[in-house]
Amino acid sequence: MTTVAHARPDAHAEHAPMGFWRKYIFSTDHKIIGIQFLFVSLFFLLVGGLLAMQIRWQLGFPNTPMPGGKILPETYVASNGVILPEYYVQLVSMHGTFMVFFAIMPLLVGVYANFLIPLKIGAHDMAFPRINMASFWLALLAGLIMMTSFFVPNGPIRSGWTNYAPLAARPDLSGVTVGQMLWCIAIVVLGLSSVMGSLNYITTVINHRAPGMTWFRMPLSVWALFITAILGVLALPVLQGAAIMLLFDNVLGTHFFDPVAGGQALLWQHLFWFFGHPEVYILILPAMGMVSDIIANGSRKPIFGYHSMVFAIIGIAFLGWIVWGHHMFMSGMNPTLGSTFMVSTLLIAVPSAVKVFNWMGTMWRGNLRFHVPMLNAIGFVSMFTIGGLSGIFMAATPVDIPIHDTQFIVAHIHYVLFGGSLFALFAAITYWYPKMFGRMMSTGLGKAHFWLTFLFYNLTFFPMHIIGMGGQMRRIYDPTIYDFLKPQQPLNVFISYAAFALFAVQFLFAFNFLWSLKFGKKAPQNPWDDNGMEWSLPNPAPHGNWERTPNVYRGPYEFSSPEAEARGTDFLPQYVKLPTDRDPAPVPVPAAGH
Amino acid sequence: MRWWLPDAGSTFAGPIDTLFLAILIITGIALVLVEVGLVTFVIRYRGRPGRKAFYTHGSTRAEVIWTAIPAVTMVALGLISNHYWVLIKGRRSVPPNAYHLGVHAKQFEWQITYPGPDEKLGTSDDFTVRNQLHVIVNQPTAVELTSEDVIHSFFVPEWRLKQDAVPGMHIIAWFQPTKTGEFELGCAELCGMGHYRMRAHVFVHTPEDYKAWVAQQIAAGGGGGGGGGSE
Amino acid sequence: MTHATQTIDQMRPPFPAEPGAGVYSNKLGMWVFLASDVMFFTALIGSYIVLRFGAPGEWAKPGAVLNVPLTAFNTFLLICSSVSMVKAYAAIQDGKKYFLRPVPGKLLRDGGLKFWLLVTMICGAAFVSVQLVEYFKLVHHGFTPAGFRDGSLLAGEAAADPVKYGLAVAGLYGSSFFTMTGFHGFHVTCGVISMTYLYFTKVLPEKYSPQDYRGIEVIGLYWHFVDLVWIILFTIVYLI
Repeated sequence: MTTVAHARPDAHAEHAPMGFWRKYIFSTDHKIIGIQFLFVSLFFLLVGGLLAMQIRWQLGFPNTPMPGGKILPETYVASNGVILPEYYVQLVSMHGTFMVFFAIMPLLVGVYANFLIPLKIGAHDMAFPRINMASFWLALLAGLIMMTSFFVPNGPIRSGWTNYAPLAARPDLSGVTVGQMLWCIAIVVLGLSSVMGSLNYITTVINHRAPGMTWFRMPLSVWALFITAILGVLALPVLQGAAIMLLFDNVLGTHFFDPVAGGQALLWQHLFWFFGHPEVYILILPAMGMVSDIIANGSRKPIFGYHSMVFAIIGIAFLGWIVWGHHMFMSGMNPTLGSTFMVSTLLIAVPSAVKVFNWMGTMWRGNLRFHVPMLNAIGFVSMFTIGGLSGIFMAATPVDIPIHDTQFIVAHIHYVLFGGSLFALFAAITYWYPKMFGRMMSTGLGKAHFWLTFLFYNLTFFPMHIIGMGGQMRRIYDPTIYDFLKPQQPLNVFISYAAFALFAVQFLFAFNFLWSLKFGKKAPQNPWDDNGMEWSLPNPAPHGNWERTPNVYRGPYEFSSPEAEARGTDFLPQYVKLPTDRDPAPVPVPAAGH
Repeated sequence: MRWWLPDAGSTFAGPIDTLFLAILIITGIALVLVEVGLVTFVIRYRGRPGRKAFYTHGSTRAEVIWTAIPAVTMVALGLISNHYWVLIKGRRSVPPNAYHLGVHAKQFEWQITYPGPDEKLGTSDDFTVRNQLHVIVNQPTAVELTSEDVIHSFFVPEWRLKQDAVPGMHIIAWFQPTKTGEFELGCAELCGMGHYRMRAHVFVHTPEDYKAWVAQQIAAGGGGGGGGGSE
Repeated sequence: MTHATQTIDQMRPPFPAEPGAGVYSNKLGMWVFLASDVMFFTALIGSYIVLRFGAPGEWAKPGAVLNVPLTAFNTFLLICSSVSMVKAYAAIQDGKKYFLRPVPGKLLRDGGLKFWLLVTMICGAAFVSVQLVEYFKLVHHGFTPAGFRDGSLLAGEAAADPVKYGLAVAGLYGSSFFTMTGFHGFHVTCGVISMTYLYFTKVLPEKYSPQDYRGIEVIGLYWHFVDLVWIILFTIVYLI
């Protein structure tokens, strides 16, 4: 029997001019959805930053009225403006929640998986544009639900972004009722959004690569986003399941995590970290991928060891599933399990090291161009290295004993998530800004922002290692009541000042971002002399991307190759057909029933 | 200002601090290699007119080397760490002559049960004291951790000892203090809004002082002394 | 079956592409979604297993609290719906878009896509209805997600025979029973709603053909998956 798929002519080809609402608000264009994600998650990044500033105020200046604190309701601050212990715990919990779930994850995955995957593989759009749109609106809904919890009686969660049960499962112990429910509901909605997005990315990468875009001609950014999507599809449902059980414990009186009725407190931790550790790689792999692209471009050299970079991504993603127990070394879990998790955790350092050395190998004997994305990418490599290396301290179980649940961990996670992911994001935003908006961001402001951020970032987070070694526990409201922490209070004050400066410096970036939308220099078609498929399009790229599906003739990193030099340049884009290149053979479309 | 781990106060501090230092040296070398390498490359290979990048897709030999070295280092580190991990936290690591105390955590206090003159927990001469942990120097001591409500974590920085107290579980953690004096016991796991003030005083006594303190507690009526009050 | 080599128009979908998974995107997308759903049920079922084996007491004996014969009938309904889904799929492959059509020389009429998909929807809806009835009865008798309700019929019986009713862990029993079967029921409901939508937008207007029946195949995958999950749940929740 012969079967042929009849695609509906309206499925993709609908590229006629549309009204404002269809074009910018209820858009199914992957690029617009990416930009929507960008604005929304930058807003949540700001929210997370504001919460962090209040945390730093309290840690640096405990029992001192917070400037402007009086505008907050009396459930959060005392009448003189001093932060209350309840509010402090809520700040810590919501800072983590917003940054992880609503800022970094959507910035990396929502924005760049959406924006880059079709552009870089030569596809006209995502496989399921309407599911893609739903994914954005669900993510926004989840964020708004999470925001709402600030305005309900008793406020948001008080059990940390990890929501350890039974504290989070028992309103009588945490003192939070509605806020806890809203957290669970928002996470379930966000999980749905992530799964919808991820299944789109996976399908698109597998089925919609342009002719000639073989697996090993895909840029590392696409590889990383693809593997990240697989992690998302498999990890988020576990969190959803856990959040649903936590919600039922709170609302329906179930006893999943309540030891009084036979439930298990550690079950929550196992579920949460079974999701949570792959989540950590969801938050760093896309950054690694995009940085790889930018470093190759900035070095004017092919990426060093492309294949081992791909296998390192896959290796990290695979090992990421069997290391979750390293968050639980002190939890009372069987110590023999601790040994197993220690070994798998230490092994994950190997692919990470390979990546760092390969980035250096890429820069070695290059012809470096220090554009703003490259500066931030180099910042990423140097800071991620610190974050990765400090992880070895916690992976070694005996050393974990004194530093577990101290500020040392806080330093580590910020070196990975701020020094890592956020520097990569500054790089990526600047790099693909012309493709999004048709204009360049200011180089001067970009460089000033990079150097100031690099400086204050290190001044903020490096000393946290030291106060963590000194034993300052995480999430404590007032370290000065402990005699052994009093000597290091000056360092806490120092960190707070550095953190305020770090926050202030981010307004340079915000200004640069917004100002350049209107007044930035008009971008040439290929401003960075890059090889990616996206630069064959005008800036900004039109709906539907290419009029004719492009052909791909080579890998993404052919910088300074002899063929390129024969053309008098040092780059050779994937879409350029040399006289020696042959067109890829057309492939029949799979039809229904296969 | 303190720039290092707190002063050593138990037998665990030796191996843990040494291992910490060893990892600091290993990671320090790696860090210096990477950062110096980056700075060197940034200066040496900066773009200049007429400069050409070296066209290469990589070197298998170099990659094998920089895969193998971290792998071997990590495996060695894992083996050494595991040796001490089993000695400190292994299920069978608690010395048979350990002096057992009951530590019951609840929002937001520590209730410490002492075995009394018969040195056995669970007998009628036990007494409970709030937020005061008295132990004997150089005596292996085991705390039997339980929790009333949520997860807490028993943390004495000088002893390099941390162990969660989980409701529904009975967890034993042991240590051997090496220094007399006063220390602090904090909670290291977020346990609610009073997490920060879940603090207890730790007193490490000589055996004679400890006996005297126990006798004083018994005389005061099965607890009560100091920060006081039995349950 | 043979692949038809199409002439590809570069300007119109389906666009030319590298060889991918060898299946069309909707089907691949459904496979990926089912993989994520497997993880969701793994979280629920895994927690159930951990809680049951780590519980401080024995679970209630099979049939003590739950009505096994009723649910066995329900399981039968769901299996029937899987069979009718296969029939619907086969019907559209053979181009039978109709409801029922007399076959010369045979007593029974031949069912087409419209008939078999409707049977599937009815079986699915019946399954959810029976499950709702079961829930109402259980709650009425005192079995809730929080365990046995004080003063209820079941609480009294359990107090008389705590081993048979697993009184010590009734809370866990209720928690895991309602959560797992509830989310399965939610999946069935979603399936029925999707099928109803397809029925009115695609099946009745006869938009499916032997050349393109992707919607039927994709919803069929989902439906068989949901059926399979139920067989696992029925075994571990009701029978063991």
